[in-house]
Amino acid sequence: MWYLGAAMAERSNQEWLADLQGAQREAAIADLRTVLLRGLRYGMASYGVTEADLEDFVQEALLKTLDNLASFRGEALFTTWAQKVAARVALSELRRRRWRDVSLQDLLAEHEGSDFTPDILTDQGSSPEQAALRRIMLDKIQRMIAEELTEKQRQAMSAVMQGGMPLQEVAVRMGTNRNALYKLIHDARQRLQRRMQREGIVPDEILAMFAEG
Amino acid sequence: MFRQLLSKIKSAKRRSHIASLQPNQLTQMVRMVAATRPHEIGCDECFEQLDRFAELHLAGRNAVEALPLVQDHLDRCGDCREEFELLMTALRAGAETA
Repeated sequence: MWYLGAAMAERSNQEWLADLQGAQREAAIADLRTVLLRGLRYGMASYGVTEADLEDFVQEALLKTLDNLASFRGEALFTTWAQKVAARVALSELRRRRWRDVSLQDLLAEHEGSDFTPDILTDQGSSPEQAALRRIMLDKIQRMIAEELTEKQRQAMSAVMQGGMPLQEVAVRMGTNRNALYKLIHDARQRLQRRMQREGIVPDEILAMFAEG
Repeated sequence: MFRQLLSKIKSAKRRSHIASLQPNQLTQMVRMVAATRPHEIGCDECFEQLDRFAELHLAGRNAVEALPLVQDHLDRCGDCREEFELLMTALRAGAETA
Protein backbone atom coordinates (compact mmCIF):
# COMPACT_ATOMS: atom_id res chain seq x y z
CA MET A 1 0.00 0.00 0.00
CA TRP A 2 1.22 3.43 -0.85
CA TYR A 3 1.59 4.83 2.63
CA LEU A 4 3.39 1.95 4.26
CA GLY A 5 6.89 2.95 3.39
CA ALA A 6 9.59 1.16 1.52
CA ALA A 7 11.82 0.35 4.49
CA MET A 8 9.86 -2.68 5.57
CA ALA A 9 9.28 -5.87 3.72
CA GLU A 10 6.00 -5.72 1.86
CA ARG A 11 3.71 -8.23 3.49
CA SER A 12 0.06 -8.96 3.09
CA ASN A 13 -2.01 -9.26 6.27
CA GLN A 14 -1.84 -13.04 5.98
CA GLU A 15 1.93 -12.88 5.61
CA TRP A 16 2.27 -10.70 8.68
CA LEU A 17 0.23 -13.14 10.72
CA ALA A 18 2.12 -16.15 9.38
CA ASP A 19 5.53 -14.56 9.83
CA LEU A 20 4.85 -13.30 13.33
CA GLN A 21 3.84 -16.78 14.39
CA GLY A 22 6.29 -18.84 12.34
CA ALA A 23 9.92 -19.25 11.48
CA GLN A 24 10.19 -15.61 10.35
CA ARG A 25 9.07 -14.33 13.74
CA GLU A 26 12.24 -12.46 14.68
CA ALA A 27 12.49 -10.66 11.35
CA ALA A 28 8.78 -9.83 11.32
CA ILE A 29 8.92 -8.42 14.85
CA ALA A 30 11.94 -6.31 13.92
CA ASP A 31 10.11 -4.97 10.85
CA LEU A 32 6.99 -4.21 12.84
CA ARG A 33 9.08 -2.47 15.50
CA THR A 34 10.60 -0.27 12.77
CA VAL A 35 7.18 0.66 11.41
CA LEU A 36 5.71 1.48 14.82
CA LEU A 37 8.74 3.42 15.99
CA ARG A 38 8.83 5.52 12.85
CA GLY A 39 5.13 6.26 13.18
CA LEU A 40 5.30 7.25 16.84
CA ARG A 41 8.49 9.25 16.41
CA TYR A 42 6.83 11.28 13.69
CA GLY A 43 3.44 11.51 15.39
CA MET A 44 4.79 12.45 18.80
CA ALA A 45 7.37 15.00 17.68
CA SER A 46 5.58 17.72 19.64
CA TYR A 47 4.87 15.64 22.75
CA GLY A 48 8.24 16.12 24.44
CA VAL A 49 9.00 12.41 24.74
CA THR A 50 12.46 10.87 24.59
CA GLU A 51 13.67 8.19 22.21
CA ALA A 52 13.78 5.84 25.20
CA ASP A 53 10.10 6.61 25.89
CA LEU A 54 9.22 5.87 22.28
CA GLU A 55 11.07 2.55 22.45
CA ASP A 56 9.22 1.65 25.64
CA PHE A 57 5.87 2.49 24.06
CA VAL A 58 6.69 0.41 21.00
CA GLN A 59 7.89 -2.50 23.11
CA GLU A 60 4.63 -2.54 25.04
CA ALA A 61 2.62 -2.15 21.85
CA LEU A 62 4.47 -5.08 20.28
CA LEU A 63 3.67 -7.29 23.25
CA LYS A 64 0.01 -6.27 23.14
CA THR A 65 -0.13 -6.82 19.39
CA LEU A 66 1.46 -10.27 19.61
CA ASP A 67 -0.85 -11.23 22.48
CA ASN A 68 -3.91 -10.20 20.52
CA LEU A 69 -3.20 -11.49 17.03
CA ALA A 70 -6.32 -13.63 17.24
CA SER A 71 -8.50 -10.53 17.54
CA PHE A 72 -7.17 -8.98 14.31
CA ARG A 73 -10.15 -9.05 11.96
CA GLY A 74 -8.35 -7.92 8.84
CA GLU A 75 -10.58 -4.91 8.24
CA ALA A 76 -7.52 -2.73 7.76
CA LEU A 77 -3.86 -3.29 7.05
CA PHE A 78 -2.11 -5.20 9.78
CA THR A 79 0.36 -2.37 10.29
CA THR A 80 -2.49 0.16 10.68
CA TRP A 81 -4.03 -2.09 13.31
CA ALA A 82 -0.73 -2.39 15.17
CA GLN A 83 -0.10 1.37 14.91
CA LYS A 84 -3.50 1.96 16.46
CA VAL A 85 -2.45 -0.16 19.43
CA ALA A 86 0.82 1.78 19.67
CA ALA A 87 -0.99 5.14 19.64
CA ARG A 88 -3.23 4.05 22.49
CA VAL A 89 -0.37 2.59 24.52
CA ALA A 90 1.73 5.74 24.14
CA LEU A 91 -1.02 8.20 25.01
CA SER A 92 -2.29 6.08 27.90
CA GLU A 93 1.17 6.12 29.43
CA LEU A 94 1.58 9.85 28.90
CA ARG A 95 -1.79 10.55 30.53
CA ARG A 96 -0.86 8.36 33.48
CA ARG A 97 2.37 10.29 33.96
CA ARG A 98 0.90 13.72 33.46
CA TRP A 99 -1.96 13.22 35.93
CA ARG A 100 -0.16 10.99 38.41
CA ASP A 101 -0.27 13.52 41.23
CA VAL A 102 -3.82 14.81 40.77
CA SER A 103 -6.65 13.15 42.67
CA LEU A 104 -10.27 13.36 41.69
CA GLN A 105 -10.91 15.17 44.97
CA ASP A 106 -8.35 17.82 44.00
CA LEU A 107 -10.05 18.26 40.66
CA LEU A 108 -13.54 18.54 42.14
CA ALA A 109 -12.37 20.73 45.02
CA GLU A 110 -10.97 23.17 42.50
CA HIS A 111 -14.47 23.45 41.13
CA GLU A 112 -16.11 23.76 44.53
CA GLY A 113 -13.53 26.34 45.56
CA SER A 114 -14.78 28.62 42.82
CA ASP A 115 -18.15 28.95 44.51
CA PHE A 116 -19.28 32.53 44.13
CA THR A 117 -22.25 34.38 42.76
CA PRO A 118 -21.54 34.25 39.06
CA ASP A 119 -21.22 37.56 37.24
CA ILE A 120 -23.89 36.49 34.83
CA LEU A 121 -26.41 36.50 37.67
CA THR A 122 -25.45 39.92 39.01
CA ASP A 123 -24.45 41.54 35.74
CA GLN A 124 -25.39 45.21 35.65
CA GLY A 125 -26.54 44.84 32.07
CA SER A 126 -29.14 42.20 32.87
CA SER A 127 -32.43 43.09 34.45
CA PRO A 128 -33.41 41.74 37.89
CA GLU A 129 -36.08 39.66 36.10
CA GLN A 130 -33.46 38.08 33.86
CA ALA A 131 -31.19 37.36 36.80
CA ALA A 132 -34.10 35.80 38.70
CA LEU A 133 -35.05 33.60 35.76
CA ARG A 134 -31.48 32.42 35.42
CA ARG A 135 -31.30 31.61 39.10
CA ILE A 136 -34.54 29.63 38.86
CA MET A 137 -33.22 27.70 35.88
CA LEU A 138 -29.91 26.93 37.60
CA ASP A 139 -31.80 25.62 40.62
CA LYS A 140 -34.12 23.58 38.43
CA ILE A 141 -31.26 21.90 36.58
CA GLN A 142 -29.42 21.23 39.82
CA ARG A 143 -32.54 19.59 41.19
CA MET A 144 -32.79 17.40 38.09
CA ILE A 145 -29.20 16.35 38.50
CA ALA A 146 -29.78 15.49 42.15
CA GLU A 147 -32.93 13.52 41.44
CA GLU A 148 -32.07 11.75 38.18
CA LEU A 149 -28.44 10.79 38.54
CA THR A 150 -26.64 8.34 40.77
CA GLU A 151 -23.78 9.51 42.95
CA LYS A 152 -21.32 7.93 40.51
CA GLN A 153 -22.92 9.66 37.55
CA ARG A 154 -22.81 13.02 39.31
CA GLN A 155 -19.18 12.53 40.17
CA ALA A 156 -18.36 11.54 36.59
CA MET A 157 -20.29 14.46 35.08
CA SER A 158 -18.60 16.88 37.49
CA ALA A 159 -15.16 15.60 36.60
CA VAL A 160 -15.88 15.78 32.88
CA MET A 161 -17.39 19.27 33.09
CA GLN A 162 -14.48 20.43 35.17
CA GLY A 163 -12.42 19.61 32.11
CA GLY A 164 -8.81 18.79 31.68
CA MET A 165 -8.54 15.34 33.19
CA PRO A 166 -8.73 12.66 30.51
CA LEU A 167 -11.60 10.19 30.73
CA GLN A 168 -9.07 7.38 31.18
CA GLU A 169 -7.70 9.03 34.31
CA VAL A 170 -11.12 9.85 35.75
CA ALA A 171 -12.03 6.19 35.18
CA VAL A 172 -8.98 4.88 37.05
CA ARG A 173 -9.81 7.10 40.00
CA MET A 174 -13.39 5.89 40.02
CA GLY A 175 -12.32 2.25 39.95
CA THR A 176 -13.64 1.64 36.45
CA ASN A 177 -12.41 1.79 32.87
CA ARG A 178 -12.79 4.37 30.14
CA ASN A 179 -15.39 2.46 28.14
CA ALA A 180 -17.59 1.83 31.17
CA LEU A 181 -17.25 5.45 32.26
CA TYR A 182 -18.28 6.70 28.82
CA LYS A 183 -21.37 4.50 29.02
CA LEU A 184 -22.15 5.70 32.54
CA ILE A 185 -22.03 9.30 31.35
CA HIS A 186 -24.07 8.47 28.26
CA ASP A 187 -26.74 7.00 30.50
CA ALA A 188 -26.61 10.14 32.69
CA ARG A 189 -27.04 12.39 29.65
CA GLN A 190 -29.98 10.29 28.48
CA ARG A 191 -31.67 10.49 31.87
CA LEU A 192 -31.32 14.26 31.95
CA GLN A 193 -32.51 14.51 28.35
CA ARG A 194 -35.68 12.54 29.14
CA ARG A 195 -36.31 14.57 32.27
CA MET A 196 -35.91 17.84 30.37
CA GLN A 197 -38.34 16.57 27.75
CA ARG A 198 -40.85 15.58 30.43
CA GLU A 199 -40.63 19.02 31.99
CA GLY A 200 -40.88 20.75 28.64
CA ILE A 201 -37.47 22.38 28.97
CA VAL A 202 -36.04 23.30 25.59
CA PRO A 203 -32.21 23.32 25.53
CA ASP A 204 -32.03 26.18 23.02
CA GLU A 205 -34.12 28.36 25.31
CA ILE A 206 -31.78 27.77 28.23
CA LEU A 207 -28.76 28.52 26.07
CA ALA A 208 -30.41 31.73 24.85
CA MET A 209 -31.29 32.69 28.41
CA PHE A 210 -27.65 32.45 29.48
CA ALA A 211 -26.22 33.91 26.33
CA GLU A 212 -27.85 37.32 26.52
CA GLY A 213 -26.54 40.33 28.48
CA MET B 1 -40.84 14.65 61.09
CA PHE B 2 -37.76 12.49 61.47
CA ARG B 3 -38.36 11.02 58.04
CA GLN B 4 -38.57 14.47 56.52
CA LEU B 5 -35.33 15.46 58.16
CA LEU B 6 -33.65 12.29 56.97
CA SER B 7 -34.86 12.85 53.46
CA LYS B 8 -33.54 16.43 53.55
CA ILE B 9 -30.14 15.24 54.68
CA LYS B 10 -30.08 12.57 52.00
CA SER B 11 -31.07 15.05 49.36
CA ALA B 12 -28.34 17.48 50.47
CA LYS B 13 -25.84 14.64 50.30
CA ARG B 14 -27.05 13.72 46.84
CA ARG B 15 -26.32 17.22 45.64
CA SER B 16 -22.82 17.25 47.05
CA HIS B 17 -21.04 16.71 43.76
CA ILE B 18 -22.68 19.34 41.65
CA ALA B 19 -23.42 21.65 44.52
CA SER B 20 -22.67 24.90 42.79
CA LEU B 21 -23.39 24.64 39.11
CA GLN B 22 -21.91 27.66 37.38
CA PRO B 23 -23.66 29.14 34.35
CA ASN B 24 -20.85 28.14 31.99
CA GLN B 25 -21.08 24.58 33.29
CA LEU B 26 -24.82 24.64 32.95
CA THR B 27 -24.65 25.65 29.31
CA GLN B 28 -21.92 23.09 28.69
CA MET B 29 -24.05 20.41 30.28
CA VAL B 30 -27.20 21.46 28.45
CA ARG B 31 -25.28 21.22 25.16
CA MET B 32 -24.01 17.76 26.09
CA VAL B 33 -27.49 16.62 27.03
CA ALA B 34 -29.13 18.14 23.95
CA ALA B 35 -26.63 16.39 21.66
CA THR B 36 -27.20 13.00 23.26
CA ARG B 37 -28.33 10.19 20.98
CA PRO B 38 -29.97 6.96 22.09
CA HIS B 39 -27.32 4.94 20.31
CA GLU B 40 -23.72 5.98 20.81
CA ILE B 41 -20.76 3.66 20.72
CA GLY B 42 -18.28 3.47 23.61
CA CYS B 43 -14.51 3.80 23.53
CA ASP B 44 -13.94 0.07 22.95
CA GLU B 45 -16.19 -0.15 19.93
CA CYS B 46 -14.65 3.04 18.55
CA PHE B 47 -11.16 1.59 19.00
CA GLU B 48 -12.16 -1.60 17.20
CA GLN B 49 -13.12 0.36 14.10
CA LEU B 50 -10.49 3.09 14.31
CA ASP B 51 -7.97 1.44 11.98
CA ARG B 52 -10.55 1.08 9.23
CA PHE B 53 -11.81 4.60 9.85
CA ALA B 54 -8.25 5.97 9.57
CA GLU B 55 -7.58 4.12 6.33
CA LEU B 56 -10.79 5.41 4.77
CA HIS B 57 -9.65 8.92 5.68
CA LEU B 58 -6.20 8.39 4.23
CA ALA B 59 -7.66 6.98 1.05
CA GLY B 60 -9.77 10.14 0.68
CA ARG B 61 -12.97 8.17 1.10
CA ASN B 62 -15.93 9.38 3.09
CA ALA B 63 -15.12 7.81 6.46
CA VAL B 64 -17.88 9.72 8.24
CA GLU B 65 -20.52 8.34 5.94
CA ALA B 66 -19.14 4.81 6.18
CA LEU B 67 -18.72 4.82 9.96
CA PRO B 68 -20.87 7.63 11.36
CA LEU B 69 -20.87 6.31 14.91
CA VAL B 70 -17.09 6.38 15.03
CA GLN B 71 -17.04 10.04 14.01
CA ASP B 72 -19.81 10.76 16.50
CA HIS B 73 -17.78 9.16 19.27
CA LEU B 74 -14.62 11.03 18.28
CA ASP B 75 -16.58 14.29 18.46
CA ARG B 76 -17.56 13.52 22.04
CA CYS B 77 -14.52 11.74 23.49
CA GLY B 78 -11.26 13.67 23.83
CA ASP B 79 -9.18 10.58 24.68
CA CYS B 80 -10.26 8.69 21.56
CA ARG B 81 -9.89 11.81 19.40
CA GLU B 82 -6.33 12.30 20.60
CA GLU B 83 -5.51 8.68 19.78
CA PHE B 84 -7.07 8.98 16.34
CA GLU B 85 -5.06 12.12 15.59
CA LEU B 86 -1.84 10.45 16.66
CA LEU B 87 -2.69 7.40 14.58
CA MET B 88 -3.28 9.56 11.51
CA THR B 89 0.02 11.39 11.91
CA ALA B 90 1.86 8.13 12.52
CA LEU B 91 0.36 6.58 9.38
CA ARG B 92 1.30 9.66 7.37
CA ALA B 93 4.89 9.12 8.50
CA GLY B 94 4.81 5.95 6.40
CA ALA B 95 3.45 7.91 3.45
CA GLU B 96 6.18 10.53 3.66
CA THR B 97 9.02 8.06 3.84
CA ALA B 98 7.57 5.83 1.12
